[in-house]
Amino acid sequence: MSGYDRALSVFSPDGHVFQVEYALEAVKRGTAAVGVKGKDVVILGCEKRSALKLQDPRITPSKICKLDTHVSLAFAGLNADARILVDKARVEAQSHRLTVEDPVSVEYISRYIAGVQQRYTQSGGVRPFGISTLIVGFDPNDKVPKLYQTEPSGIYNAWKANAIGKSSKTVRDFLEKNYEEDMDKAATIRLAIKSLLEVVQTGAKNIEIAILSADNPTEVLSTETIAEYVAEIEEEKEAEAKKQKPSRD
Amino acid sequence: MDIVLGLRIKGGVLVATSKAATRGISVIKVGDDKTRELNPNTLMAYTGEAGDTVQFAEYIMANTRLYGIRHDIELSPSAVASFTRNQLAKALRSRKPYQVNVLIAGFDPKTEKPTLNLIDYLASNVELPYAAHGYAAYYTMSLLDRHWKEGMTQEEGVVLMRMCIKELQTRLPVDFKGVYVKVVDKDGIRDVSALVYPDEYPEAEVTEELEVQQGEIAA
Repeated sequence: MSGYDRALSVFSPDGHVFQVEYALEAVKRGTAAVGVKGKDVVILGCEKRSALKLQDPRITPSKICKLDTHVSLAFAGLNADARILVDKARVEAQSHRLTVEDPVSVEYISRYIAGVQQRYTQSGGVRPFGISTLIVGFDPNDKVPKLYQTEPSGIYNAWKANAIGKSSKTVRDFLEKNYEEDMDKAATIRLAIKSLLEVVQTGAKNIEIAILSADNPTEVLSTETIAEYVAEIEEEKEAEAKKQKPSRD
Repeated sequence: MDIVLGLRIKGGVLVATSKAATRGISVIKVGDDKTRELNPNTLMAYTGEAGDTVQFAEYIMANTRLYGIRHDIELSPSAVASFTRNQLAKALRSRKPYQVNVLIAGFDPKTEKPTLNLIDYLASNVELPYAAHGYAAYYTMSLLDRHWKEGMTQEEGVVLMRMCIKELQTRLPVDFKGVYVKVVDKDGIRDVSALVYPDEYPEAEVTEELEVQQGEIAA
C-alpha cells in the first residue's frame, strides 16, 4: 500500500486523492441509471434489482427519489449513502422555500448536493459518498426540462442525456449515437428504455421509469407499460436484423 | 381583533379569516390572508402577535411538506394538529414562546372525515365542530350553538357563516374589512369567498355550479 489512501484529505505525489477515486469505483459497481431530456419532458430510468425469493418486494426502496414536488433524483452506487444525501437535499429544498418563498431551481439543488459531496472529500474522519446522482426537474415558473449529474468528488454538470453506474460508458455511447433534439414524450421514453436495454438483459421487470413534465412531475410507468415499450423495441430490432441479413433461400 | 372562525360541514370544513392587517390603531393592509396550506388537505388559520404568526405557520408548513416528500404520504390533519401542539408546547417552555393561536381545518382522505382543531398559544388542542379565536368567539358562539347541526351541507354552512359575519360587523367596534372564506374537503382547499359575498365578486367567474349554490342560499 502506498499510504496515500489512508487519510482522506491527503494527496498522493502525482495529485490523486485515492479515496475519491475508490468512491467512483463504487459508483461503477452500482446498478445503472439514465436521464434523457426531451422537448418538454425529462425521463429518469433505472435498472432495478429483482427481489430475492423470500424478500418482501413492497418495501424495496426505489432508486428514484422525489426531492421536492418538481425535482427528482436517481442515483448509482451505495444505496445507504444515497439515503443520507437525499434527506439532506429534501431538508434543503424545504428550507429554501421557507427562507425565500420559492421552490429550489434544479441547478441550485444540484449545486447543493455537489457541495455536500465535496465537503465529504476534504474533512477528516469521514468518507466520500459512494454515489453519483442524476437530478432532473423543472425550475419554478418554467417549462424547460433540466438534467444535472453530480459525482463523489463534488463535480456537477448539465446534460442533454447521460448515464451513471454499471456499464455507463456503453449506455452513454448509445445515447450519443441516438440522441435527437426536441423529442416528444413517447420518443424520449423509448430512447431511455432502449438505452437501458443495452445493459439490462432481463427486460421490463428490471426497469423503472419516471417521467417528469411541467404539469405532472410525478408520473411513474407501470411494469406493464414498460413491457409494451420493450416488446416494441425488440420487434424493431428483429426487423432490422432481418433486413441486414437477408435469408439465403 | 383578528377574526378566525371555522365550522365543520358535511364532508368538509369552512374557515373564515378577517382581511384587515392592523398595527396599533391603523389598518395597514386590507387583503391579508391569515391562512397557510400545510398540505393538499390541511389548512391553518392563525392569529396572534404580528411576525410570530407567519413565522410559526410557515415553519409548520415547511415541516409538514417535508414529511410528505420524505415518506411519500401526507400527514393526516389530526397528526398535523398534534405536531403543531407539540411545537407550541416546546416554545411555551422556552425563553420566548410563540404568541400564536391557530385553527387547523382538514379533510382526512383515508378516513374521509373532516376535522377542525382549535389550538391556542398555551398549547391546548381540542377537536371541535365549530370554533373561533379571540373576540369573534364572544359574538359567534351563541349563533353557532343555536344553528350548527351535524351534517350541514356546504350551502347551509355558508348561510351560517354569513350570519356570523353579519353579527361581527354589527357588534365589533372596528371594521375588519370583510373575510376570506375557504373550504377544505375531499377536493382539497378552495376559496369560496364569492359564495359568502356574491355582490362583492362581480368579476368572479359565475359557473353553473356557483349559480345553483347562490340560488339555494337565497331561497
